Order: sequence, then C-alpha cells, then structure tokens
Amino acid sequence: MRYLPKSPAERQEMLAAIGVKSAEELFSSIPERYRLKKLLNLPGPMSEAEVISYFKERAAENSTGYSSFLGAGVYNHLRSVVTDVIIQRGEFLTSYTPYQAEITQGTLQAIFEFQTLICQLTGQEVANASMYDGSTATTEAILMAERLTDRRRVLVARSLHPEYRHVLGTYARNCGLQLEEIPYGSAGTIDQKALHSALRDDVAAVVVQSPNFFGAIEETAELAGVVHGVGALLVVAITEGVSLGLLKPPAEADIVAMEGQSFGLAPSYGGPFVGVMASRDKFVRQLPGRLAGETADTEGRRGFVLTLATREQHIRREKATSNICTNQALCALAATVHLTLLGKEGLREMAHQNFSKAAFALGELEKIPGVRRAFPAPFFNEFTVEFPRSVKLVNAQLLKDKIIGPFVLGTAYPELTKHALVCVTETTSRAQIEHFAGALRRVLEVPL
Amino acid sequence: MNSKIRKAGRHTSQNEGLIFEKSSTGKRAFELPPLDVPAVDPVRALGAHHRLGGVEHFPEVSEIEVLRHFTRLSTWNYAIDLGMYPLGSCTMKYNPRVNEFVARLDGLATEHPYQPQELSQGCLKILQLLEKCLLEITGMDSITLQPAAGAQGEMTGLLLIRAYLEKQGNPRKKVLIPDSAHGTNPATAVIAGYEVENIKSESHGQIDVDKLRELVTEDVAALMVTNPSTLGIFEQRIPEIAEILHTKGALLYMDGANMNALTGITRPGDFGVDVMHLNLHKTFSTPHGGGGPGTGPVAMKKILEPFRPVPVLVEKDGGRLALDANRPDSIGRVKAFVGNFGLLVRALAYILAYGPGVREATEDAVINANYIRKHLEGVFDLPYSLPSMHEVVFSDALQKKNGVNTMDIAKRLIDYGFHPYTTAFPLIVPGALMIEPTESESKEECDLFIDAMRAIALEAAENPALVKTAPHTTRVRRLDEVGAARKPILRWKSTDKPEGKLHHATKTQHPEPTPSV
Repeated sequence: MRYLPKSPAERQEMLAAIGVKSAEELFSSIPERYRLKKLLNLPGPMSEAEVISYFKERAAENSTGYSSFLGAGVYNHLRSVVTDVIIQRGEFLTSYTPYQAEITQGTLQAIFEFQTLICQLTGQEVANASMYDGSTATTEAILMAERLTDRRRVLVARSLHPEYRHVLGTYARNCGLQLEEIPYGSAGTIDQKALHSALRDDVAAVVVQSPNFFGAIEETAELAGVVHGVGALLVVAITEGVSLGLLKPPAEADIVAMEGQSFGLAPSYGGPFVGVMASRDKFVRQLPGRLAGETADTEGRRGFVLTLATREQHIRREKATSNICTNQALCALAATVHLTLLGKEGLREMAHQNFSKAAFALGELEKIPGVRRAFPAPFFNEFTVEFPRSVKLVNAQLLKDKIIGPFVLGTAYPELTKHALVCVTETTSRAQIEHFAGALRRVLEVPL
Repeated sequence: MNSKIRKAGRHTSQNEGLIFEKSSTGKRAFELPPLDVPAVDPVRALGAHHRLGGVEHFPEVSEIEVLRHFTRLSTWNYAIDLGMYPLGSCTMKYNPRVNEFVARLDGLATEHPYQPQELSQGCLKILQLLEKCLLEITGMDSITLQPAAGAQGEMTGLLLIRAYLEKQGNPRKKVLIPDSAHGTNPATAVIAGYEVENIKSESHGQIDVDKLRELVTEDVAALMVTNPSTLGIFEQRIPEIAEILHTKGALLYMDGANMNALTGITRPGDFGVDVMHLNLHKTFSTPHGGGGPGTGPVAMKKILEPFRPVPVLVEKDGGRLALDANRPDSIGRVKAFVGNFGLLVRALAYILAYGPGVREATEDAVINANYIRKHLEGVFDLPYSLPSMHEVVFSDALQKKNGVNTMDIAKRLIDYGFHPYTTAFPLIVPGALMIEPTESESKEECDLFIDAMRAIALEAAENPALVKTAPHTTRVRRLDEVGAARKPILRWKSTDKPEGKLHHATKTQHPEPTPSV
C-alpha cells in the first residue's frame, strides 16, 4: 500500500526484533472472541486515479452550471490562489497544535496576527485562536456571559440565524440557561419595545446578529447602552465578515461572535469554517479557546506561546471554561492570509462592491410587479423581498433557468413563506442579476 | 553540531517581523474586477453605520510580501512532512495529498449547504458512503457526522445518552471518568449537565472493575472510557465493564481517540460500547493544520438513534438522498449545517485508498510502537508493563535522578530532528513520555528515533545541563511562558515598536511540565 513505508522484509525484521512471529500476536491483549476473523467490508482499495474519479463523479452530480443567490450564513467570495498555496504548505498543513513553541513559531505568530486582525475588524480588544464555527462561537459567548454575570436568562433576537438559535438551544438545555426569543419589528431589526419589556437585572446577555438574518443592520451601539443599563452583556453575532470592511464595528458589544467563512474559505457544503470570538481585555480569563501571546526567549528574542492555558480543559479538566480542544486552526490561517492579501483597500473595495451590487439587485427586483422590499432597515449584501406567492414554488421554477433562487425564509419563519432572502456578492455579475430578475419576472407573470 | 545527530543539520532560517510592521500606505496584494453596476455612496446610504476610511491599521502589503511572509513563518514549524511526529494520543500520520485535491474539486468545494437537495446528490452520496464505512469499522448501528471535533463528539454522545435516559424517566446525575482520561472528557461531562466522578486506575493501569462495580449506582448515566487507554493498553475487561453498566441501566461511552489501534482488528460495537466518537483528524488522516479543523462523528447503537442531531441523512424511494430535520426526539443541532463536509470528503478518500487493507495500517502502527518500546525499555522506565498497542508510555524516573525531566528530554529531541512526544500525560504517570509513532514511519525513521532517545538518555546521565537547556538549534530558545501569562500581550498595537515590547529578558523559569496532548 502506497502510504505504508515498510517492505515485507523490514516488517519481518521488526517483528523479529520485537520477539513475535506475526502482527496478530501483538493484538493478543484483545480477547480472542472480539478479534475480527475476516477483513472489513469496505470499498477499495483504490489507486490515486480511482479516488479522484470517484469524487469527480460525485461532484458532477451537484450544482455546477447554476448561478446562486444564496447567502444566509455562507457566502461566495473571491479567493486568491495565494491563500491555498500557503495553507497547503506541509509545514502548516501537517503540523500539530503549537504546544512545543520552539518548533511552531510559524503557527504561533500567524495566530497572533489572526488575533490582531480580528481585533482591528471588530473593534474589540482581545480575540482567541478560533472556535468551530459562527454557531458555536455564539453559543460559547452566552456561556461566557453566564460566567461573567452569574445570571441565567439570555434574550436572543429571533433575527439571529435560525441554525445558530438551534445550536444555542442544544447547549443551553443542559446548562440551566433560559433562552427567550425577542421578535423582530417592522423595520426588520430587533423589536426594541419587546426587548425593553423583557430586559431585567436577571439577564446575562442579549444576543443580536448584525447584519441580521434578514440582512438588516442593527443599531448595536444604541442596544449596548440599553443592555448595559441592567448590567447585562451585549453579544453581537456576525455571519458576513466582509460587512466589516464598510460597516462600523460593534465596538460597544461585550462579546463578538463571528463566522469567518467569508474570509477565504470555500462554501464546501457547510464546512469547515472558522468561528471567531472577540471581547474585552478585562474578560480575557473567561474567554474559551486557545490564545497566542507574545513573550521572549532566554536570550531576549521575541517569540510566541500558547498562553493563559489555565482556562483550558487539558489543565482545568471539569473546571475549564469550555471543552474545546481541537479548533479550526488551518481555517484561521486561511483567513489570516486572505485578510492580509485583501489588506485595508482590498477589504474596503470588496465590501463596497457587495454593497453596490446588492443595491442594484434590489432595484432590479423592485421593478417586477408584485415584488417589494420587506424591511426598510439599511442592509449590506443581503436583503429580504416579498413575492406575491410562495418562494418555494418560485424557486422550483427558477431552476429551469439554471438559477438557484434566494433562501426560502419560510423554512425557518412560518410567518414568512412569501419572503426571500437575496444575497449578492462581488462574485455575482450584473448579467447574472439581470438574468435572475428577468427569469423571476417571467415566473411571476404566469398565473398560479 | 553533535555527530550523534544523524537526522538534522544546520540551515539558515529567515527573520521575519509581524505583517503589520511591513505595512506601508497604498500597497496592495489583491485587486478586484471592476464594479459592473453603479457605485452606491455608502455615506449617504449608511449614515452612522458607515466605517469611514476602512479598517484602521489593517495591513497594506504587496502579493510577494504576503507570500514570503507566510512562507518564512512556515519554515519555523516542524511538520509530519518533515519527519516523525510521535505525539502520543494525537495520531500524527501521513496526510495524503490526494485528499486535499479532491476536497477542492469544483462541484464539492463550491457547493452551498442550502442549495436544493436534488442538486446536492453528489455531496449526500459522499456522506452516505462515509457513514456506511464508519459503521462497518466501528460495528455500530447508526451515526452522525455533524460534530466538529472530538470534544464536540463527546458532548454529542453524552447528550444522546442523556436524551435516552430522560425518555426513560431519569437523566441521572453522574458520569464516571477514569483518571487516565483526556481533559476533554470531564470538561464535556459538565457541559452536558453531569457531575464528574473520577475512578482511580488499578495497579496495571486498567480500570479497577471492582471499584467500578461499587460506583455504578442508579445515579450513574455513563462511563467514559478511552480504549486502548491513554497508556496505549487495551482494556481487557471491557465486555465485563459494559455488562456492569448495562445491568444498572447505565451506558458505555468510548472515546475513540485511539481507534488507530483497533481499526480492522476489533470493533467497539462488538465488545459492548453503546456510543463513541471518532477523531477523523487522527485515525482517518485529515490534517491537523496546526490545531484543527477536526471532525468528531459519533457512532451509536440502535437505542440512541432517535436522538441523533438534525438533520439526518435519509434514503427516499428510488434511492434519492435527503436531509431530514423532522425528528421529534432529536437532541437538536450541535453546529450549523451538516458538519465539516470538506474533512468528511478527505476521510472518505483515505478509507477508499486502503479499503479492507486498512487493517495493515493498524498492524504497522502497533508494530512501530512495540519496536520502539523494545529498544527503549530499560533506557527509560516503563511504569506499566501490559502489552502496548499503538503507543507506549515511559516515565522520566531514571533521568529525574539527574534532574532531567520529560520536558527536558522532549526539548532535546528537537535538536535531534524530531518533534517531541507528548509530555506529562497521562496524568497517572508522573513525568510521562507518551510515544505514538503511527504506521507512517519507516523502519529507518524509527531507528533514528531510537538512536536519538538513547543518545539523550546518555546525555542526561553525563551532561544533564546540555539536556536541561535544550533546544540548542532552534530559532528561539525556551520561551518565557510564565511571563507571557502574567502580562498577556495578545495582539499587536500600532503604538508597539518593531520587534515588540521587549521583555526584560527574564531567565526562563522551568515550570513543572503541563500536559500537552
């Protein structure tokens, strides 16, 4: 087998050195009756060429050739080939968690740069080395808020990504946390009145997403004032990181939980992505996950180490801030390289293109009789429109024009079956937008 | 340079500052195609939401500078691609490059999790085949591929147990965990809402079955066991352990971190395990990537199936595959979307390459560990003498007499061209050296490692100071970890001087080694 570096003679030599006749003998500590008598029933073995063919055949059964208007937490953005060149270097790809600092300075410095970039983007003071994804980063944020406030009630905007809310629910159920949903108002942002009436001094945190799941930008600075008024913490979730190139960061928030997929990671049918957590310096000891810190060696040279490990499971065991061990390091590295490549101008320009194209798309769609903008709040690259009929039916028709239609909000919000969440990024061409608008117009012209 | 060091030689490494220190206004490394729609004025459209002037202090560098920056950083790392990485419990095996290639194919990497399922049949078939393969390997009945890592797999497993017991009327209070377990086990039990009760190992390092019998009461939900244990030893009484738990209505959870010792040889489902996670980044070769991403699928017996996280993969009439989120008894989601799909692709590519021959990989992994054990026994203290599987755990007891501890030996190993083994874990072995070579090492590489370890043992006896101040050949020497934690510097600031705020070069203190697994 091509991955195994022993000749039959070498294998025999090693067995002889150990003092056994066969490899089978090495498994004698497993009770005999539980040892398999035959080979596993698995497909293969396959040569490299066969492996590639198998996956190419599967790839051909997917959506190649369609243009898509899906976002909803996973976004298509331009990615430089340089990012992939870097993260496929064996020294990054096949290295372990940098516990042995002397021979992992590359990874450690890159994490330190990632933490810095995230602070600059979010307006926060400290960021960790990564979480699994945006949904678990948001979850860890409320668990952190619970530890910081010693309170149990958490108010969650209904306009937070539905799958994030679902994950919050899974974790909260067993941690004694009480989640309450705050509805959205007619502007598409959180219902301030409902928030005010639910907000008391037993609330640990208020969680909002901005831009929220409907695309609407929340007034996070204003919300922070209200939330802090009762001693609660404001958690701001972000699913579309590129928005930070154009939008004011949620600097007033206490914890920012973000999905970093937009920073150089392919949609890849849902993962691997990278969860981001940022907060304030004063809360650092309650922050979960790994942290790289600057220090010096015995000769005074700058170097980096994983630090404040007494928060973590391998030291604190049942008293740790979280059970997270493996994180999304290589994805965080991809984000670091990608953001460095984009740089200040590139990120701003990318964000601006998203913003302009989304505005153009909305304009085109609004020209179609029966289609209207659902919420007046400002948006970034996603917006909600209402169709005169079920979005599900419309999308089924659009497939004939090789268009994957917008996200069907009705799947997560039963009250919004005619509402569609349209996403347009810098990768969507004007021609694709016009093609979509034309196809939609034709679909809606046909009576039901 | 020590002539005994056969594997490593000197070479120049480039200095490189932080990327922020190279930034100069107006440089860029990325250009977009021109905007093909009218530009919208963000000041007018966004008002107070607009971020004037972009992200402050964000890097401004050119493409070649970015490439060189990260390439230089990469050369400061050790990696499997450079040599043996014998970190016990981490299974640092070869990461086949074809896996990287297929995960990046158009039609896989490009797919959106919300696209219509009729346009995702290729992705779903990959998930289905991987599920089938992992069930065959584990001998279990049902599986979820959603968890993002081993620790999340553990949590998912415990939540399944909790949901199952709750359905029977009582979720129970406690989870039993042996003292040799990974730190994630107790941390996870707490997140799943359980109290942790530790079980001391008996004198051979195995679970104390008599003690277990006493501890398993109606309050106990489950035992979390790692098998082979973190000592690299198969828990020989595991069927009996399962029976003790089952008699009292409790379940057996297996941490599958060490599945590389069992694949193709024996199946946890056959010896009484009710639920287990797999670390695809260990046994199934997805790259560790400097700390992640991982994947932690959870395989289970039939009784736990109704509680699996949503969505679950189902086969409809005509063979069409679909994701079904309508499962009333589900524990819910543990992360967004279907899981770390790109890694599931890589793991399947690994399994397909081996097919039934995966047994040979397991055999070679166990041969390597035993070969190393055989040659180092006596040179290093072997605290538990039961047969080793895929890894061997020594202690620094012999070297400690000269003041040399496991961390010192590990650091000296770097000078010999190897990554250190896992130090100071498992906790039940004071001063542990936990060595897991994996099947990816040739006889030659194992011999070089053995020579290096023997040479270091000699140095520890004759010149302990040489070992205690190692490594001597790296870019940086031992780093001041105590100082880093006392005054944390966790990001660069624009007010920093180049080369950092100099730490008054304190003499490095040698803290007691902490576990690094």
